[in-house]
Amino acid sequence: MKIKGKVIKYGDNVDTDVIIPARYLTTTDPQVLKEHCMEDLDPTFRERVTPQTILVAGKNFGCGSSREHAPLSIKASGVQAIIADSFARIFYRNAINIGLPIVEHPDATQEINEGDDVEIDFEKGEIVNLTTGKVLTIAPFPPFIQNIIREGGLMNYVKKKVAG
Amino acid sequence: MAMTITEKIIAVHAEKERVQPGDLVEVKVDLALANDITAPLSIREMQKHGIEQVADPQKVVLVADHNTPAKDIASAQNVKLMREFAEKFGIPHFFEGGRVGIEHVLLPELGLVIPGDLVVGADSHTCTYGALGAFSTGMGSTDIAAAWITGTTWLKVPPSMKFVYRGERKPFVTGKDLILFTIGKIGVDGARYCAMEFCGPVISELSMDERFTMANMAIEAGAKNGIMEADQKTLEYVAQTGTKRKPRIYSSDPDAEWKEVLEIEVSSIEPQVALPHLPENARSVYSLPRIEIHQAVIGSCTNGRIEDLRMAASVLKGKKVHPRVRALIFPGSPKVLLQAEKEGLLEIFLEAGAVIAPPSCGPCLGGHLGVLAEGERCISTTNRNFVGRMGHVKSEVYLANPYVVASSAIAGYITAPDKI
Repeated sequence: MKIKGKVIKYGDNVDTDVIIPARYLTTTDPQVLKEHCMEDLDPTFRERVTPQTILVAGKNFGCGSSREHAPLSIKASGVQAIIADSFARIFYRNAINIGLPIVEHPDATQEINEGDDVEIDFEKGEIVNLTTGKVLTIAPFPPFIQNIIREGGLMNYVKKKVAG
Repeated sequence: MAMTITEKIIAVHAEKERVQPGDLVEVKVDLALANDITAPLSIREMQKHGIEQVADPQKVVLVADHNTPAKDIASAQNVKLMREFAEKFGIPHFFEGGRVGIEHVLLPELGLVIPGDLVVGADSHTCTYGALGAFSTGMGSTDIAAAWITGTTWLKVPPSMKFVYRGERKPFVTGKDLILFTIGKIGVDGARYCAMEFCGPVISELSMDERFTMANMAIEAGAKNGIMEADQKTLEYVAQTGTKRKPRIYSSDPDAEWKEVLEIEVSSIEPQVALPHLPENARSVYSLPRIEIHQAVIGSCTNGRIEDLRMAASVLKGKKVHPRVRALIFPGSPKVLLQAEKEGLLEIFLEAGAVIAPPSCGPCLGGHLGVLAEGERCISTTNRNFVGRMGHVKSEVYLANPYVVASSAIAGYITAPDKI
């Protein structure tokens, strides 16, 4: 799998409260949630995000709440993948479970800038910065997580398990 | 092979002799919890995939504690969805109305979590139950749906970090101050993906209520879980819940492997205040300039227990809340509220001019009952002070213990009880 996109970049400790504020959590509809994605961090996000966007962020992306509404709102916004220096634990798991590609590299913010064109090659285990030519190597997901991704998210995986 | 408490509990639930950090294991779950924000997503995920199965209805807990009594039609619909789901699958542990308390106050109180349990919850503060010597961790809604369906979940075994607390605590220094100080020291990602084990003589001296406060905030350091060894106090707490289940007590082996051991000398720690907009911005209340406030919140899954209300009442007794300040008291559960009534604490609060709200999460996450306007500043016993956490994106939240919040409510600016 390869994903290509243009970068929107944020800093460290982007928390779930700014990704999707609690005042919108009375709905579970991704199409409504996306209208407010990143609203408290970057009011321009909604206008700038396209189906070709890759998010790049610093350390501890998605810290705070367990609200799955956060990765759902990002995915519904059209974001193709998130690359961060590191992710908060629950957010990482939620993103995998709902099928939002997520990649960790400690030098992400150092090597990728706002507006860069980036390609993630999951088979080769590489992030290629097409603007600068820089290549970052990424570790493959553990086989267990690869299974979940292959099944198209946790619920499909569980459904198969229950039926099996 | 030596193991930590966390590793031992995971190993037992994975039916393995031993596990080590980094192992991916499938574990049996003793309880899987969700609330009125996260459960609707879990339920809809199941419906979307046509799954009509719950492994064990006794192990499902649904607590409508965030936006209830319903603040709007959408919230009402969410609780209705939960109620119908509980009825359909015969789930006995569904809480709303006068039975509802904040999930992490309510579940230990009812004896639904005991030492040695493995609990997952669609709420990041599920780590609170580590205070009982249980492994408990927050997850998302899809993970919880999967746990309801299969009775299991998968876990990556976390490396453990050991925090040893020694020394003599100063006046007005509580469990809240120890955890704020610790997060201030290691940062909001200082324990990312790790288990935080709290131990040492100071932890043994802490009451159960203070232990819950500490374990509750492990997530604010990025941890997977916070945990403490169960002791006599834990067993007494569990016994008075009336549960028939038998606690399983684990200790970390003396030669267990630690990712890091931090010794914390508490004698010089002063009451802490975490400044906006991260819990790691903790410093001594005595070091602050004059910071005027508009709201003071006492409650939440962090500090909404009876001792917290007693601390607040000890400061507010015979005093008046500053006319510019809204002081809001949120008892953590019906039991806490009733106890506060019996002890005359409610009278103290009302005479001081505070508002007493029903047991709920309240304004902690900017949802309901006490949301902040633009430019407003709040001092709160809650757990997070992120941008916009309690309301307007240009409002501010300061975190502190109930003594400091109560004294600040009286003064109108952030201060400690010995300064008013």
